Amino acid sequence: MAVSLKVNGAMRSAPAEADTPLLYVLRNDLELNGAKFGCGLAQCGACTVLVDGKPVRSCVTEVGSIGQSEVTTLEGLGTAAKPHPLQHAFMDEQAAQCGYCISGMIMSAKALLDQNPHPTEAQVRDGLAGNLCRCGTHGRIIRAVLKASNAIRRI
Amino acid sequence: MNAHISRLNAHISRRDFAAGLGGIVVAFTLAPKFAAGQQAAALPGSLNGNRMLDAWIRIAADGSATVCTGKVELGQGIATALKQIAAEELDLPLERVHMIAGDTEKTPNEGFTSGSQSIENGGVALRLAGAEVRAILLDLAAKRLGVDAASLAVADGVISTYDGRKVTYADLAEGANLHREVSAKAKPKSPSAHRIVGKSIARVDIPAKVTGGVAYVQDLRLPGMLHGRVVRPPGYGAKLEAIDDAKIKAMPGVVAVVRDGSFLGVIAEREEQAIRASVALGKAASWIAGPPLPDQAALYDHLLSLPDEPHVISEKQTALPESVRTIEATYHRPYTCHAAIGPSCAVAQFTDGKMTVWTHSQGVFPLRGNLAMALKLPPERVHCIHAEGSGCYGHNGADDVALDAALLARAAPGGRPVRLQWMRGDEFGWEPFGPAMVMKAKAALSADGRIVDWNYDVWTNTHSTRPDPRGNNLLASWYLAEPQKPAPPAVIPQPAGGGDRNAVPLYDFPRQRVVHHFIREMPLRVSALRTLGAYANVFAMESFMDELALAAGVDPVAFRLAHLKDPRARAVIEAVARKAGWKARERSGGGKGRGIGFAKYKNLATYVAVIADVEVDAASGKVAVPRAWAAADSGLIINPDGLANQIEGGIIQSTSWTLHEEVKFASTGIKSRDWLSYPILTMPEVPKVEVELINRPEERSLGAGEASQGPMAAAIANAFAAATGKRVRELPLTPERVKAVMRG
Repeated sequence: MAVSLKVNGAMRSAPAEADTPLLYVLRNDLELNGAKFGCGLAQCGACTVLVDGKPVRSCVTEVGSIGQSEVTTLEGLGTAAKPHPLQHAFMDEQAAQCGYCISGMIMSAKALLDQNPHPTEAQVRDGLAGNLCRCGTHGRIIRAVLKASNAIRRI
Repeated sequence: MNAHISRLNAHISRRDFAAGLGGIVVAFTLAPKFAAGQQAAALPGSLNGNRMLDAWIRIAADGSATVCTGKVELGQGIATALKQIAAEELDLPLERVHMIAGDTEKTPNEGFTSGSQSIENGGVALRLAGAEVRAILLDLAAKRLGVDAASLAVADGVISTYDGRKVTYADLAEGANLHREVSAKAKPKSPSAHRIVGKSIARVDIPAKVTGGVAYVQDLRLPGMLHGRVVRPPGYGAKLEAIDDAKIKAMPGVVAVVRDGSFLGVIAEREEQAIRASVALGKAASWIAGPPLPDQAALYDHLLSLPDEPHVISEKQTALPESVRTIEATYHRPYTCHAAIGPSCAVAQFTDGKMTVWTHSQGVFPLRGNLAMALKLPPERVHCIHAEGSGCYGHNGADDVALDAALLARAAPGGRPVRLQWMRGDEFGWEPFGPAMVMKAKAALSADGRIVDWNYDVWTNTHSTRPDPRGNNLLASWYLAEPQKPAPPAVIPQPAGGGDRNAVPLYDFPRQRVVHHFIREMPLRVSALRTLGAYANVFAMESFMDELALAAGVDPVAFRLAHLKDPRARAVIEAVARKAGWKARERSGGGKGRGIGFAKYKNLATYVAVIADVEVDAASGKVAVPRAWAAADSGLIINPDGLANQIEGGIIQSTSWTLHEEVKFASTGIKSRDWLSYPILTMPEVPKVEVELINRPEERSLGAGEASQGPMAAAIANAFAAATGKRVRELPLTPERVKAVMRG
């Protein structure tokens, strides 16, 4: 059994059953490190990816439910050499300690900025309320998202 | 690039992987040999146990340096800070210093990366070794150029004479004999000459972490890798009675079901197959329950009822003046989880009688010892390689999952590697918790409002059950068909202390007695959680200082300063008061309040004072902490932004501990199993934090990773009291507890 899906702009296939959580296909078959296993319960946000621009928890999303939708992971935004404004801002603000939550944070922030390009600080906090961070990097994460919002404004 | 990331990358492709295993093996001795009876002189920091210079630093033919450290990245930026120190002393640019961290076949043994000691011990070693290597290279250059070494200048690995003649580290590398004992006599640079140390160098690990590069052991993919999961018992000490695994073995992708006594696991081709099989295996297993846990509602009475060994850790006895007022209070701290966002993970491979384990352990050498014990292999047949995991805040499941993975890898066909990540419920249910604690304080105030007598007693378990040569401290080893015994719990001695960490006040009291009541019996599995006992001791003592200040009618800041001589302690308190605009005797009331907390971590490391604002909603019992300010003195600052990140992070993590966190359990086992049953602070609740750093270039650098948690807890409790006129003495400040206090 194989599934096909569009990830970061390219058609990919994987030898997975349709009821496999998207997370394992992304990580193990497509070798994308961005989305992380945090809880498998849609509680922590570490596995957040975008499906047609909307944030979803890939740990509880069956790969077979993706159909023709487009999946975007952290890798789809940019690279260390050519980062997306959000990734750039996270580096500028040194907005990571262990960094395990950061992929999910950036993907939730991407969805937020796509909906609301100029959020207030309170809106950023609310937009990231479902993403847990344990190291206490929250303040830097908020600053990075606001900085990216300003950078995108200038583009 | 971070050394361990490059090491991970080296294992990504099949060709590189094979080369990594079968390629060049660099062998070097980590310790010189001494003749019988000859005693080695003590060396500073981690040099003492790792005395050969080339165990720390080697210069390659291209003039770059390979720097080996036993201190590993735990998510706090230590890899960057250590690289700064080495590059500074070697006079090399950062990009020409390659770090190798935590590898039992390549790096010095620096024990555990813990206790905020990496800068103090590992950093000192690299500073002195770096200075010595630079001096050796300068001497060689001086001979070659026919000048005095003192007349030479060095920049970026190029040594120059005043008249412009040059020789590079690359030219000298071959002739430099670094295989010698460290003398620790070469003088490191003075802080005024620093070009790299003291700068907010961007962390080496962050680009990969924000772009999906290989950054974690979770990201390791080896050729032919299988996926494993374990099935833990329903509760501590349960025994596997029976398991009918025929159906599970027939499930898609299942390669093996592994049982050794009451240790149960499964290996499958795909991760989701391993998870499904482990769920089915759990349902097919029947267990004989272990002993029941105590009643959580009576936990603190239960702890006090257990036998304890009292250790008097500080005593000053003078005559007690007459006409004193005595005040007493008792404080409680519950069991607390490490609760990393990513559950613990390891990859293990068993080939040709040798076990290789990629692990996010804090101590690859001690882990190797306990793995070898459990696997019944000689230690040299076990190779532990550090790879970063999710945030590490002390002894979590990292070591345990390494044994789990090794037990599965031993059963994997054809030497195929096995990757095993715990499920969320495994992590909450089986990690060793930060121990519960009871603190009783009693003090006497003189007529003029000074503390003239101070008594403090703390009851708690050991605060470290890390891998240990005296027994096996790895979880699965206790459940094997031939179960192994954990090491007996041990007191961590003062002055750093364990459960009694920071229990001796830094204040100058004329009379005091501090007793650590060490409880051997551990109702729940416990070990080191960030700060050990310091978080709760500082919470209790600094809460009590405010209770005494109130009784004396003195402003809390002035009251602290009146009892404190240490000028660096006074400086952080004064700095944070200025920064926050503290007003003497301000009692805002009406549900809003401001409080302060102070400590010098371990009484040995960073000084931190914190002021927090809280808002209490009496109806709902909810406590909000909108803002916090901190002032910190860590001596010579290596990386200001990295230090600020640590102080901020500690404050926010402590806010979470203080407002929300408490392990829930019933007689049958641990009930906190996910983020709903163990909630932590969320983004909308996080305080805005401002940090002021006091740099003291002439003072030695002090550890900071655990310095702000205790002061923040006290600042919140004191702000709560200022806001409501009521005192919370039991953590955490949950709505139910707050409502009960407000009624009482």
